[in-house]
Amino acid sequence: MRDAGQLAYLVATALFILSLHWMNDPKTARRAVFAGLAAMSLAVLATWFQPGIVHHLWIIAAIGLGFVVGVPLSRVPLTAVPQRTALSHAFGGLAAGLVGVAKYFLWLGEGAAQLTPFRTGAIVAEVLLGFLTLTGSLMAAGKLQEVRWIPQRPVTYPGQNFINVGLLTTAVGLGVLLVARPAEPWSPIVFGAVVGMALLFGVLLIIPIGGADMPTVISILNSYAGLSAVAMGFVLDNKLLVTAGALDGSSGLILSIIMCRAMNRSFTNVLFGAFGSVQPARASAEQGSYKQETPEGAAQLLEQARLVVVVPGYGMAVAQAQHKVRELYDALTRRGVTVKFAIHPVAGRMPGHMNVLLAEADIPYTALVEMDEINSEMPQCDVALVIGANDVVNPAARNDPSAPIYGMPIIDADRAHLTLAIKRGRSPGFAGIDNQLYFQDNTFMLFGDAKTVVGDLVRQLAGGDGGH
Amino acid sequence: MPLPAPEAAASPDYWPLLYVLVLATFIGLGVVRRVSRLLHTPLMSLTNAISAIAVVGSIVVTGAEYPRGIRLLGAVALFASMTNIVSGFLITDRMLKLFKRQ
Repeated sequence: MRDAGQLAYLVATALFILSLHWMNDPKTARRAVFAGLAAMSLAVLATWFQPGIVHHLWIIAAIGLGFVVGVPLSRVPLTAVPQRTALSHAFGGLAAGLVGVAKYFLWLGEGAAQLTPFRTGAIVAEVLLGFLTLTGSLMAAGKLQEVRWIPQRPVTYPGQNFINVGLLTTAVGLGVLLVARPAEPWSPIVFGAVVGMALLFGVLLIIPIGGADMPTVISILNSYAGLSAVAMGFVLDNKLLVTAGALDGSSGLILSIIMCRAMNRSFTNVLFGAFGSVQPARASAEQGSYKQETPEGAAQLLEQARLVVVVPGYGMAVAQAQHKVRELYDALTRRGVTVKFAIHPVAGRMPGHMNVLLAEADIPYTALVEMDEINSEMPQCDVALVIGANDVVNPAARNDPSAPIYGMPIIDADRAHLTLAIKRGRSPGFAGIDNQLYFQDNTFMLFGDAKTVVGDLVRQLAGGDGGH
Repeated sequence: MPLPAPEAAASPDYWPLLYVLVLATFIGLGVVRRVSRLLHTPLMSLTNAISAIAVVGSIVVTGAEYPRGIRLLGAVALFASMTNIVSGFLITDRMLKLFKRQ
């Protein structure tokens, strides 16, 4: 029986790796889900049917409740996927943290000899990672969902980094104390303090982070959730848990690195830099004047172009404009205009956010081009159409060393012959930085909600159809 | 237990676990690096569902002959992991369908 269980775990391990492997191509990607699901079912059944598991009703109830909450969570609109993802990181952290607490008190009750330094150390790592992931991810989800009592703008105060680092150091120090003295009468209190500090640290870690940094933060939290599963694997002496957790952790790590590179920032800078908090003060100083264009004029410009490059950003997601963008894509391609989409790695609120939204609107993924590839084509581009993107097209990143985004790779919309920019309001973007692109001679603004403006463009193009 | 070092008696042999961690991390880095950039959002929801393998630990804590309070903690953890499994796989598949269609 034990061998059968281990074999099931071994097969599950292989299937998890295959699952990630199949994600390398959209054509094989759906297989990835089936492999992952098969592995998970196998692992669940193998665990459930091992001897010693007797309280089946409890298990059924918890699993049933998981379905009740999980199914609706999988049906959220795709624009809400970032907050759903953050929420699921929180659930992952919660599960790891609770199992850590349960194991600590279980072993404490069975006698001090059970709490070996290795086990106690693993439990401390598990609860630290698990609970800071829980509250950190909840904060991130709240910011993404724009919950009213969670501030959207980064919140900073003097000595912030000192407090954060101090809190983490204290928590780790208490953890070390616990490893040395796991079963003293006061040990459970120290354990409780570690849990409390982890919960608090998660909140404090996310408070100073702004919306533009969310793709990086979500990736880092993803990594932490994986690492907390690894720690659980150490606590439970379970290699399948260690493997799956390590896969998740390394995936989060790679995504974090890609996101950081795409913003030209380091991990520490994202976590401790409080991006955007110093900007609003100087925002209005150098403002030039906007040149506006009407939907009629803009539609004509688009119609006469050979190559149009659309640069989507978070504004497109907020306005749910992706389906209208698809109509625009159809109207233009029907006229023989080549339309490409330039995808910046950090456009939107999580890695790959724009790709999913555009795919939802049935735009072929062959039309989605990565930043590095599209930039060589920008000088030949007749019209760059910026839809709700801001910092990712701000030329200050290239030519203003005093700008906070200086050095960040951008999509060179300013090098197109002409730029049309759709923007909700006249205020600076999420990072609070003025965008030089909007004041260029060959840039024309279309102010309004992205969905409405793109809809107007489509209507103008449809009106012109009669002439053909 | 009548063994000279009680730590060694109760503790698992952790070297194999550390080997597994190192090897799995390198496999993960190698495999994930090749994932199409188009699919980074579904990748995250998929790995999220996969790391809900914590369900294995939660089932043991919930279902074994442990004190009621401990099992209650396990049941909440099991609920959280199961939510991640169900919503993670379903939404990943929903997103991947969008890319398959073309």
